[in-house]
Amino acid sequence: MAEEQHLIFDEEQPERYVYDMDETKHEVALSTKDLQVFYGDKLALQDADLKFERYKITSLIGASGSGKSTFLRSLNRMNDSVATVKGNIMYRGLDINSQDIDVYEMRKHIGMVFQRPNPFAKSISDNITFALKQHGMRDKQQLDEIVETSLRQAALWDEVKDDLGKSALSLSGGQQQRLVIARAIAMNPDILLMDEPSSALDPISSAKIEDTLMQLKEKYTIIIVTHNMQQAARISDYTAFFNSGKLVEYDLTRKIFTRPKVQLTIDYVNGNFG
Amino acid sequence: MLNPKQADKIASAILYAIAGFVILILAALLGYILYQGVPHLSWHFLTAPATAFTAGGGIGIQLFNSLYLLVITMLISFPIALGAGIYLNEYANKKSRATALIRTAIEILSSLPSVVVGLFGFLLFVVQFKLGFSILSGAISLTFFNLPLLTRSVEESLRTIPDLQREAGAALGLSRWETVGHIILPAALPSIVTGVVLSAGRVFGEAAALIYTAGQSAPALDFTDWNPFNVSSPLNIMRPAETLAVHIWKVNSEGIMPDAAAVSAGSSAVLIIAVLLFNFFARYLSGVLFKRLTATK
Amino acid sequence: MDNIRESLLKQSAATRKDRFGRYISLAALLLIVVVVLSIFWFVASKGLATFFANKVNLWDFLTGTKWAPGQKDANGHPFVGAAPMIVGSFLVTLISALIATPFAIGTAVFMTEISPKRGAKILGPVTELLVGIPSVVYGFIGLSVIVPVMRHLFGGSGFGILAGAMVLFVMILPTVTSMTVDTLKSVPRHYRESSLALGATRWQMIYKVILRAATPGILTAVVFGMARAFGEALAVQMVVGNAALMPQNLTSPAATLTSVLTQGIGNTVMGSLENNALWSLALILLLMSLVFNSVIRAIAKKGAM
Repeated sequence: MAEEQHLIFDEEQPERYVYDMDETKHEVALSTKDLQVFYGDKLALQDADLKFERYKITSLIGASGSGKSTFLRSLNRMNDSVATVKGNIMYRGLDINSQDIDVYEMRKHIGMVFQRPNPFAKSISDNITFALKQHGMRDKQQLDEIVETSLRQAALWDEVKDDLGKSALSLSGGQQQRLVIARAIAMNPDILLMDEPSSALDPISSAKIEDTLMQLKEKYTIIIVTHNMQQAARISDYTAFFNSGKLVEYDLTRKIFTRPKVQLTIDYVNGNFG
Repeated sequence: MLNPKQADKIASAILYAIAGFVILILAALLGYILYQGVPHLSWHFLTAPATAFTAGGGIGIQLFNSLYLLVITMLISFPIALGAGIYLNEYANKKSRATALIRTAIEILSSLPSVVVGLFGFLLFVVQFKLGFSILSGAISLTFFNLPLLTRSVEESLRTIPDLQREAGAALGLSRWETVGHIILPAALPSIVTGVVLSAGRVFGEAAALIYTAGQSAPALDFTDWNPFNVSSPLNIMRPAETLAVHIWKVNSEGIMPDAAAVSAGSSAVLIIAVLLFNFFARYLSGVLFKRLTATK
Repeated sequence: MDNIRESLLKQSAATRKDRFGRYISLAALLLIVVVVLSIFWFVASKGLATFFANKVNLWDFLTGTKWAPGQKDANGHPFVGAAPMIVGSFLVTLISALIATPFAIGTAVFMTEISPKRGAKILGPVTELLVGIPSVVYGFIGLSVIVPVMRHLFGGSGFGILAGAMVLFVMILPTVTSMTVDTLKSVPRHYRESSLALGATRWQMIYKVILRAATPGILTAVVFGMARAFGEALAVQMVVGNAALMPQNLTSPAATLTSVLTQGIGNTVMGSLENNALWSLALILLLMSLVFNSVIRAIAKKGAM
């Protein structure tokens, strides 16, 4: 009897599994607690307590409407105008989801790259320097340096170094997206949020972006939403799987893709989903 | 009974006839004004002052007044329309009742007869504030008449700029105001400019709002005196200023000018040509700005 | 590290700029609202003075047929019957809209369904240009072409309701046409394709499908044209004849609310009964533009359902 019970217990899978990050061994750059996002009266996201390790890439995966993008956009409060976000988002010991936080200042440290490239209708170099100038940086030489280093980091420098004065809109989609990444890292942020940054691009451009991200994680903490599971498996250290507005499983990427613990995750990763 | 095929043929014929007739009316209209008016256009006509009781007067002062009034009106109305358009598209809560109410108010203002707007201007500025019949009173009244349309055109121009651009600004720690000022507005500039120039055409031809605000007299101007504080200076905004459109109305309703028909025809031709120019200019300018925006330097 | 924490808790320059921008643009918006409110306040307070200060009976005002605010009848009541002008305004508006509507619809259908190419090339730009032509120009044409034609056809002076209506017809035709064109263009393509695929003739498709689908939009265009016609002052004033008499026929001199207003305001003394009575006419104009506005809204609401 007892043995039988034990067997059943062993086979029963958890409904959720969240990797317990040991904060004494891993430096946590950002974490969420009791986060709830409402669109009007509709609860779009709940039960998504996550810790993001510094200088690592964390992928957020899940089907469309699973809440992964909603979650990501809540992290630097891009959803403020369209949704109500409750709960805590901890960054440097501060709850940045609080009224006391200066949102614009916060976004300098937590940058974002979007699904579709959105360069400004300005020259390549102005795209990078515009926000810096607005934030008060005047030194021409320093600005030029930042243009070069950020374009190098985004692996775009060699392609555009001779015509930095050209309109950013004349670049290809893949180049535009790398320019946008350069623009984001020019702010010298701590954390980069990326919302499917390569889904609108061709495979070659997409591969370039992935290479770029692998380089960038040496200096930045990256949280990336992706539809592409191979991409998540290739580039990320941690993976979080979302479904129906909830976090289902969060673990090291290799575990998620080799031995997931929750049945939903198994189905999703094996492509038997829906 | 007609079968459907016959009905189709007859209907097509009728539609052709209607369209033909309308083309005829419209062509006759334009043709008449240009045919009657253009022969009167001469350097003398465009620059000489009007004469009330004798033939051979010009429309120089009226033409200048129309242009000057237009400039002053735009100087007053554009910043207000810009601000209002920005608030409506960038800041206002689109679902709130207050926003809906404000929108209704603007819509009502745009549907008010211009004569009512003019009478209000007369009551408030000419009489109450004692500004008299003056360019200033006229420009403020025209501003009221112009604001709803201009605001809507600014708002619609801003709306065409994708939200991706706003998000790009926000993600770089820029405030909404900075993003609007440096990213959204420049991108929307071509269509804002089109809106401004088109509304300028409307303002240029407006008369009903002006007869009791800017007045119906055109005192002689000294075109060598550019001190705006002198009474006879063209730049003085406290002087009465009959515009071209008002002039057409006045010479026709008074009926004392011997060559009123000729002067009106010439003035009408000038007005129409001006509207044409405004149209072309709007298209040209927005094309140029658009090119500059997307140009490879 | 601590610097960043501190900066997050302080108000940034961006926040200050944003607050500034929000307030200044809100101020511009509220200014417009204030203008609207004060127009209503001033016109209403002036226009109602006729009834409250001068004790004119509202019913007498609306139905009285003699307009001579300076004179008094046997009982000492002034003659402030606005009916001639009210009737005049409605007549010119209705007649012009009645003539303009079929022409506008026909032309718009021609431009969008029958001959889109020629429509786009010639008619489109021409109507757009004519929409922008100042109304005094229409008035001048009325005076120099329409009035003589009326005189020739019907005798008399040629001035009158019909001349006014014809001027307004020409004036609102481009507006109503171009608004109708916009509506017809917004009828989804597949409506056309599916009805043609069912074997309908072009006319059946236009009549039974396109025009039905576009009815709310066409109505809006017509009401919009009527609002313009009702509020037009100078073009009408130049050809209507300016006799504040109850119109006996369409070709004798008459008056509209706007024509009496434009003529009278400058010739009366502020605060006098003559002047207040004119403001009452302005108030009617104001209220009518509200009516037109709500009709357009009602159509839009019904169309959206």
